[in-house]
Amino acid sequence: MGGVHPPEAKTTEDIAIEVMPVPKRVYIPFSQHTGKPAKPLVNKDDLVKTGTKIGESEGFISASIHASVSGKVVDIKQCPHPVLGSAACCIIESDEKDEWAEGAKKSYDYEDFSKEEILNAIKDGGIVGLGGAAFPTHVKLSPPSDKKIDYLLINGCECEPRLTADHRLMLEYPVGIIEGARLFKKLLDAEHLIFCIEDNKKNAAQVFADEGEQVKILKTKYPQGAEKQLIKAVLNRAVPRGGLPMDVGCVVQNVATCYAAFQAVKFKKPLIDRVVTVTGDGLRESKNLLIRIGTPVIDVINFCGGFVDQAKTIIFGGPMMGISQHTENVPVIKGTSGILVNRKFKIYEEGPCVRCGACVDVCPMGLMPTDIFKRVQNKKFNEAKEYGVLDCIECGCCAYVCPSKIPLVHYLKFGKSEVWRLSKK
Amino acid sequence: MEIIQEMKDILIVSAPPYIRTRSSVSLAMKIVILALLPAFMYSVYIFGWRALVITVLCIVSCMISEAVMQKMLGKKITLDDGSAVLTGLLLAFNLPPGVPLWLPVVGSIFAIVFAKQLFGGLGHNFVNPALAGRAFLMASWPSFMTKEWLAPRGGTLSGIDGITSATPLTLLKNPANFGVPDVIIQQLNEMTTIKNLFFGKIGGCLGETSALLLLIGGLFLIIVGIIDYRIVTGYLLSFAILAVVLPTKGILPLHLLSGGLFLGAFFMATDWVTSPVTKKGRWIFGIGCGVLTAIIRIWGGYPEGVSYSILLMNVFTPVIDRFTREKIFGEKKEKGVKS
Repeated sequence: MGGVHPPEAKTTEDIAIEVMPVPKRVYIPFSQHTGKPAKPLVNKDDLVKTGTKIGESEGFISASIHASVSGKVVDIKQCPHPVLGSAACCIIESDEKDEWAEGAKKSYDYEDFSKEEILNAIKDGGIVGLGGAAFPTHVKLSPPSDKKIDYLLINGCECEPRLTADHRLMLEYPVGIIEGARLFKKLLDAEHLIFCIEDNKKNAAQVFADEGEQVKILKTKYPQGAEKQLIKAVLNRAVPRGGLPMDVGCVVQNVATCYAAFQAVKFKKPLIDRVVTVTGDGLRESKNLLIRIGTPVIDVINFCGGFVDQAKTIIFGGPMMGISQHTENVPVIKGTSGILVNRKFKIYEEGPCVRCGACVDVCPMGLMPTDIFKRVQNKKFNEAKEYGVLDCIECGCCAYVCPSKIPLVHYLKFGKSEVWRLSKK
Repeated sequence: MEIIQEMKDILIVSAPPYIRTRSSVSLAMKIVILALLPAFMYSVYIFGWRALVITVLCIVSCMISEAVMQKMLGKKITLDDGSAVLTGLLLAFNLPPGVPLWLPVVGSIFAIVFAKQLFGGLGHNFVNPALAGRAFLMASWPSFMTKEWLAPRGGTLSGIDGITSATPLTLLKNPANFGVPDVIIQQLNEMTTIKNLFFGKIGGCLGETSALLLLIGGLFLIIVGIIDYRIVTGYLLSFAILAVVLPTKGILPLHLLSGGLFLGAFFMATDWVTSPVTKKGRWIFGIGCGVLTAIIRIWGGYPEGVSYSILLMNVFTPVIDRFTREKIFGEKKEKGVKS
């Protein structure tokens, strides 16, 4: 149902992952995930090593935070945050030695690990979903006992245009991804493990098929990689409204999450770096980079040769769902899958809705964005709720196709937050 | 090129998505106008300078009315969206070629001022402005709207040799007024008449004469995705079925090809603003138009029912949309639609 096919523009798909040097300073937010921010474990002037836990997960849905460089904590204060605007960050000045914390980066024989040990290693490693939403992975791997999981889907769709980080990871580190996926499978007692890859990445699909894994090749379309849409496309199961994938016996994990979890279990290496696609016409060079968490985006841009002319926009994420940044001082965080630096910026003038129905045709959730946005405009939030505004997955297909250039998804997001706000009152 | 390190103040922040399709309202309007051009040029060919003058009058009066209204209402003037031009063109297509030249002007003013701008302009009108203009003229000056026909170049008004005083559907409605009923019906149902209808060697409103050219333009619009096949199919199919099932003396091709059915089904019923946005709703809308057209033609007082059918269904559009809401992903079937 629905979906669009924007120009893929995956120009970096043939560029191998490059390791970006350790930055001089990192700004590590305590909140990089869905749920409660981590509780700081360090104070100003503390010395930390790479992989030292600096924030403890607090509450059920939360994740731990680790130092991504070795050095000294110079401050803990509010700093720019790519998603939240501003948040408490631990600023670490690197000693340029990159010394790893005790026990990290050794190889462990995890074959004999019990489920609990695996889960703890993932939790301790601060692993979160790397597809974008950054939901704590250990929570997703601990479904209530009455939910039987029969399918574990590994999401290698990377349906956002421009992004190639997952694609490169699949080509270059398939074994780590598979090992991570098997760990998840073991934890969930899932019967089936399927790698789901779009048909614009057939070479990646081939790699997994060659390893003897079950691969499902999907049509390239956006948002193929959205959890509910993926489950529907692969298994023809519809997650009920307001429900979770586990309600239909599924868990979906992103390929990069698998790889990070594998490293957390095998090497006790917490999530302190990730692969990010850095591209755009505002950059001298486009790259797929392995970047330490907390690296300011300006360092990344300089590593890519710096800005070309007057770059106009910096977007974290892809062109469909990314978040545009107001400062070049924001750090790369766990959920950062791409950095787009563009020179061109087109202003779209919003026209009247002519009821062409294009948004209705493309909505992957079966919503009628045109009806909902009018209700949000008129502040009729109860009606917007009735029309399913809370089911919106914010993929942006509606705004993408609108001939009147109405920022529909923006109205829907606002409607959602208002419905939540009013229901809390 | 120089590397700019300090760019604090020039980063632009906006809401996603950062890419959009190239589609736009004005582009769509232009494509629809393009699809109507063959029929327009043909009307100038068969009806001569009057067709050109009427069309220009309609378009110009629509544009002036739009600009004046928007100016008076303190809105931005949006003639560049092409909607006023299209309304003018469609209204002209719905006028007989012999009307006095003030009539297109009055119709255009009504269409834009009363049917469109007073309801809030493009996107807010609940009936098709061009059809509203036509309905207004029909109600106010019925004699001009139903009698001022001209014979086309190289043909007759009726499409039948020797009968020059009525259009095919008028003949079909009241054959006794024009001669021996059975003979007329027989002539209407002959292959030559059907051919004349298809290729446009008959009289009628400016734009309704050549079914072939309308078909080409309409199919083009379906292929490029501007109009929805559901409305067109629902309309033509339901009408065709009723034209066979209900008691009428005209054969099916006669009904399908005459009286602006193609003009209505392809270009008027499919108007974005005044038709439903849901897939199911579009079927219902199309079928409703077809059923009403058949009823009016066969039992109604008018020989022709396309414009009133569409206008009536326009009024039902909000209700149809409301009761045909798309199923939300993961919605349980038995729960049904809540409104």
